[in-house]
Amino acid sequence: MTTPSQHATVATGVTIASARQAVLDAFRKLHPRAMARNPVMFVVLVGSVLTTALWIQALGGGGEAPAGFIGAISLWLWFTVLFANFAEALAEGRGKAQAAALRKARGDISAKRLREPHYGAAHDTVSSGTLATGDVFLVEAGEIIPGDGEVIEGIASVDESAITGESAPVIRESGGDRSAVTGGTRVLSDWLVIRLTAEPGGGFLDRMIRLIEGAKRQKTPNEIALNILLAAFTIIFLGVCVTLLPFSLFSVGAAGHGSPVTVTVLVALLVCLIPTTIGGLLSAIGIAGMDRMIRHNVVATSGRAIEAAGDVDVLLLDKTGTITLGNRMASAFTPAAGISPERLADAAQLASLADETPEGRSIVVLAKALYGLRGREVHDIAGHFVPFTAQTRMSGVDIPSDDAPARSIRKGAAEAIKAHIEALGVVFPPDVQRTVDDVSRAGATPLVVVENSEVLGVIHLKDVVKGGIKERFAHLRKMGIKTVMITGDNPLTATAIAAEAGVDDFLAEAKPEDKLALIREYQRGGRLVAMTGDGTNDAPALAQADVAVAMNTGTQSAREAANMVDLDSNPTKLLEIVEIGKQLLMTRGALTTFSIANDVAKYFAIIPAAFVATFPALGALNVMHLATPESAILSAVIFNALIIVALIPLALRGVKYTPMHAAQLLRRHLLIYGLGGLVAPFAGIKLVDMLLTALGAG
Amino acid sequence: MIAFLRPALVLLLAFTAITGVLYPLAVTGTAQLFFPSAANGSVLERNGTAVGSKLIGQQFSGARYFWSRLSATGPVPYNGAASSGSNYGPMHPALLEAVKGRIAQLRTADSTTTRPIPVDLVTASGSGLDPHISVAAALYQAPRIARQRGATEADLRALIDRHTDKRDFGFLGEPGVNVLELNLALDEKFPSSKGGM
Amino acid sequence: MTGNGTVQIVFFLVALIALGLPLGAFMARVYKQERTFLDPILGPVERFLYRLAGIDAAKEMDWKGNAIALLVFNALGFLVVYGLQRLQHLLPLNPQAFGAVSPDSSFNTAVSFASNTNWQGYGGETTMSYLTQMLGLTVQNFVSAATGMAVLALFVRGLARHSTKLLGNFWIDLTRSTLYILLPLAFVFAVGLVSQGVVQNFAAYKTVTLVEPVVDANGVANLTQTLPMGPAASQIAIKQLGTNGGGFFNTNSAHPYENPTPLSNFFEMLAILLIPAGLCFTFGIMVKDTRQGWAVFAAMAAIMVPLLLLAAWSEQGGNPVLASQGIDQTASPNQPGGNMEGKEVRLGVTNSAIWAVATTAASNGSVNSMHDSFMPIGGAVTLFMMQLGEVVFGGVGSGLYGMLVFVIIAVFVAGLLVGRTPEYLGHKIEAFEIKMASLLILIMPLTVLGLTALALLSEAGRATIFNPGAHGFSEVLYAFTSMGNNNGSAFAGLGANTPFYNSWGGIAMLISRYWLAVPTLALAGSLAGKRFTPQGDGTLPTHTALFVGWLIAIVILVGALNFLPALALGPIVEHLHLTL
Repeated sequence: MTTPSQHATVATGVTIASARQAVLDAFRKLHPRAMARNPVMFVVLVGSVLTTALWIQALGGGGEAPAGFIGAISLWLWFTVLFANFAEALAEGRGKAQAAALRKARGDISAKRLREPHYGAAHDTVSSGTLATGDVFLVEAGEIIPGDGEVIEGIASVDESAITGESAPVIRESGGDRSAVTGGTRVLSDWLVIRLTAEPGGGFLDRMIRLIEGAKRQKTPNEIALNILLAAFTIIFLGVCVTLLPFSLFSVGAAGHGSPVTVTVLVALLVCLIPTTIGGLLSAIGIAGMDRMIRHNVVATSGRAIEAAGDVDVLLLDKTGTITLGNRMASAFTPAAGISPERLADAAQLASLADETPEGRSIVVLAKALYGLRGREVHDIAGHFVPFTAQTRMSGVDIPSDDAPARSIRKGAAEAIKAHIEALGVVFPPDVQRTVDDVSRAGATPLVVVENSEVLGVIHLKDVVKGGIKERFAHLRKMGIKTVMITGDNPLTATAIAAEAGVDDFLAEAKPEDKLALIREYQRGGRLVAMTGDGTNDAPALAQADVAVAMNTGTQSAREAANMVDLDSNPTKLLEIVEIGKQLLMTRGALTTFSIANDVAKYFAIIPAAFVATFPALGALNVMHLATPESAILSAVIFNALIIVALIPLALRGVKYTPMHAAQLLRRHLLIYGLGGLVAPFAGIKLVDMLLTALGAG
Repeated sequence: MIAFLRPALVLLLAFTAITGVLYPLAVTGTAQLFFPSAANGSVLERNGTAVGSKLIGQQFSGARYFWSRLSATGPVPYNGAASSGSNYGPMHPALLEAVKGRIAQLRTADSTTTRPIPVDLVTASGSGLDPHISVAAALYQAPRIARQRGATEADLRALIDRHTDKRDFGFLGEPGVNVLELNLALDEKFPSSKGGM
Repeated sequence: MTGNGTVQIVFFLVALIALGLPLGAFMARVYKQERTFLDPILGPVERFLYRLAGIDAAKEMDWKGNAIALLVFNALGFLVVYGLQRLQHLLPLNPQAFGAVSPDSSFNTAVSFASNTNWQGYGGETTMSYLTQMLGLTVQNFVSAATGMAVLALFVRGLARHSTKLLGNFWIDLTRSTLYILLPLAFVFAVGLVSQGVVQNFAAYKTVTLVEPVVDANGVANLTQTLPMGPAASQIAIKQLGTNGGGFFNTNSAHPYENPTPLSNFFEMLAILLIPAGLCFTFGIMVKDTRQGWAVFAAMAAIMVPLLLLAAWSEQGGNPVLASQGIDQTASPNQPGGNMEGKEVRLGVTNSAIWAVATTAASNGSVNSMHDSFMPIGGAVTLFMMQLGEVVFGGVGSGLYGMLVFVIIAVFVAGLLVGRTPEYLGHKIEAFEIKMASLLILIMPLTVLGLTALALLSEAGRATIFNPGAHGFSEVLYAFTSMGNNNGSAFAGLGANTPFYNSWGGIAMLISRYWLAVPTLALAGSLAGKRFTPQGDGTLPTHTALFVGWLIAIVILVGALNFLPALALGPIVEHLHLTL
């Protein structure tokens, strides 16, 4: 089993072992077929081979320049290719280590296949590899769940740390929204009867392993576009460098002295000019972005989804669990005119005894705290508990009595209770209606308690807005992302909570189909919508949303419909997902800008060096005062190679993200990466040149 | 393709008629009606003979005339039928040669004037037909002309000023002395000369 | 630079904006097919033309339909100009009895005028009959300009529209550009030019008696001077307005009959940039966000003005070679001073520099001074302006759509920088757009550098180089830079009327015009087909000073850095030789 601490190491650090593996992979990736996928680095590879051939020729004595110079250039060109490969291998390596840990969890295990789909039926012990979709099996405490499935019977605590890294066990039970289990996780207590929903090898864990390993990594739309642009730059610079040879030949003729520029120098110039910095790190950035998601315990089904996350315009957030703490708490009882608070509290407590929801329990606790009413046990009361149904929208208890009329207590939404008593021919008391409205307006949920046909009063159920959520929404607003709260509450309550949480808009009294309609409406307006969901009834909306994050605790259908799964089942994770998506694009943009801006300095290093023999006056362009033409060209090439290594951490970590307006963000990044890219190589090349001179290698 | 050929053909023919025939005819008609002299070349006459255009420079090499700028037209300078500049780059050896030759001519014609020579007097114009020289270039030549024509420099300065095309609206372009007009005025006002004609 | 020079530059820029704004608004009405004050006169003509040509004014086409229309129309235009030159000796209106133009020169000139380049390998007053000038060259001056404007109108509609394949109708945009914009403007300018002394007649060349006979090299005295005549004003007006630039006479607007006074010079300079500048504002109006038009205009002006000042400063500084001979090159009230080789006295250094930069900024190519004789820095500025890809004002229509392609690239990189799939005017910029934009930016440098290299490698290319040393390299680079960008101006020392330069130059002009126009339309088609993406706080605003600065950086980094090595071997080294 993976412990959380091991998991953390894999996720954050680059270990010695992984670096060693990456070095080996860097060489393995020199295969031309692998290189051809990246046109920029492929050109560098060709240049390396070409200069190596020239070096060998020079060793034989017939070289166009001293063998030492050609050899040095050639060596650093090889380094340039290897550094880029190393970056990619390093990014992949981090995922591979994680995948290895996951694979350990998945290993072939035995499963108890049930002959009948219910607890207690006879079972055969089979290998997990032979299970088929639809098979039903039993998993008991201490056993590993053999595959992805749906709990059809039982309740158990499950350790999912293998995939989430979270050590606290989670509850899995049949029915409801916590019925999905993942293969490779371990049942800690009790037992579960599970119906398999995924073929072996097609399970969630398997998909996750494949994604992490990068085996199925496809280029994302922006990456494709950027690759085209970089290829175009490469072709242009190829033209620039190739034509320089005839230009130089003519110039030598015109000047009457000097010698034409060498092929070695032209190759060096070409490699310096083409965008090797971004070209070399492009795939590492993409892999690292996927990896960052995984470290946040989010599994995306494609890189496309991560990129889309950065573009999201509208976030649809379920109120419960995302904006407010999952549970509403009873906070007060307001009795109807002529009813004592104790009577109301007593009735409320009775009606809630069988209500296992957190709200129900909080009513029991509040009644006890305020009026000392001890929580009676369910079986102490010879009553018949009426569960909540979507049709009645009420729950309660019927207590038959021999000496008195039977008590029928109900609690429920004001609308439901009103309908209930009006059906009995009783008018809903106006003072209670006022209380209901007041409670709603304050952002709480009113529950009305009625005994037989007498309205006793109102229970205040208060929503607790999560700490810090308002600030996060403010950040999102700065980024131009609109937050919409989805709630089943009535509009009055929703307004109050929306104001407290600072969301931009809300959808009250929302039904699942309303959510779907809202997404479609935003999309018609050209906006990209993200949402989280867990229940089966969320599946259509999840399928419609551009970025759909399913909770890992959710149902299998929700997880299928989504394009990301949050293993922590934390609905606020959506905010981090958006940030990671943006970070991914920003890192590419930053390195592209840096790469292009670098060219200015490289021109100033190489052009005078290449032509000073023909036109000594061009020495005036050697603004960096580089020691010799050879050291100038070599310095530019070395800088160009080293900058790739220097930027690997940035590529893997991503550009630091601070929420702000697009215009501010652009100014900041242009200053850092544009202006920085313009200036840095002047200093860097000069530094390398000084070092070379000091070492006597110039 | 036919669907595209018909509009292409018809529009090309129509535009040929409109922009190639009607338009130049309309401009010509308007021009001949309102600006007949300008439209026909701004020709200058002396005693009924056309002696040139106000706008086209002429070559003067005699000491008694104000000299125009160098002209790179062939086969003769100021060939109105074949305008041309020298196209010498700033480092072309022939440029330096031409400048040196011109300096020598000017010094030979007037050895007394030792002021620096104004640049337009030693360079060729773009058209090879520049009708103007700068005021400085005219003033530079004034002492020579004064001696040749028996006029005072003050007379000549007044004459130069009268034949200087000032900046349009006081700021557009540069002032220039129209050499042909100036020389025609010279012949009229100061026909006599020490050396004789 | 002189104080008066500064005043002239400022006045020129102010006048450009003051006239460009209302013209831009007017052109927007023309392209949106709204009523203009010219409708009572031109409306019936327009409708008659559509009926005659079988054009359904209500029918729009997708990008492919428009591209085919453009190619068919331009191919026909090419054939007519080629035919007229080859047969001019058999046709009327040829008072000087010029013979047929050679096949290679005819090819070059036909491509040159159809593609709005107007490179002239020939001398006008010694080659072309009046008929060729009128029916061939003048007509193409109009319709090649109108072609560029029509492509722009289609492209801008692509940016203004969403979720449609239709861009508009090339035939209608072509017709309306010609009838409503070019023709009235040209008429007004032409008459204005005649008032200043530009000739406009159908007379044979005049002969006048010289005041002082001129003796030629063989000792033969010439008693007369020939004054060239012809319908010059009507052609000059449109060659300036339509960024054509092909002169009536050999020395173009340096010729006193083409550009007689400072005022005519001012009109002609204004005409170079008027429509390209106005179209920026038209664009803003058509995409319903005038700030976008101002942003593009600002980027263009911000690139042009500093370079203009640099060129003016360099030319005013004069030639050290002449200074060493004791020549007075200092500006004073009595002389313009500066480097006067190849410049006219009435225009001086300032107006020559403004013109040189304007004509190379716009792909006009007309000249009022000889660029070959500019100081190296001044010459480098003209080269650089063209090497930016003719997007700083550029050709009528083509300059703006070229600049908008750079905008798309700038938006793409900037969009990544702010962490969002890039979008421009509500269109997401995706792989196809970047593919087309990449195609558009890489063709020009490859064509120019490739053909320059070819010329330098071949005997035929080197044979007609005029100036020695690095300047000779600049001449060849200038020729292909000019033709490869549809500019048409020249370092005229180079003997370009040879089969080599005529043929390869013709190919360069074909590539730079049509290889660019067709992907541009494809790009427009793709943009129009996109769903509308509304703008929010996360959207990068494209009208801010910051974005304009970024756009300028992209234009310079992507457009011109490619030419730095070539410039180093040409004008830069020449400058260093002159000054060190």
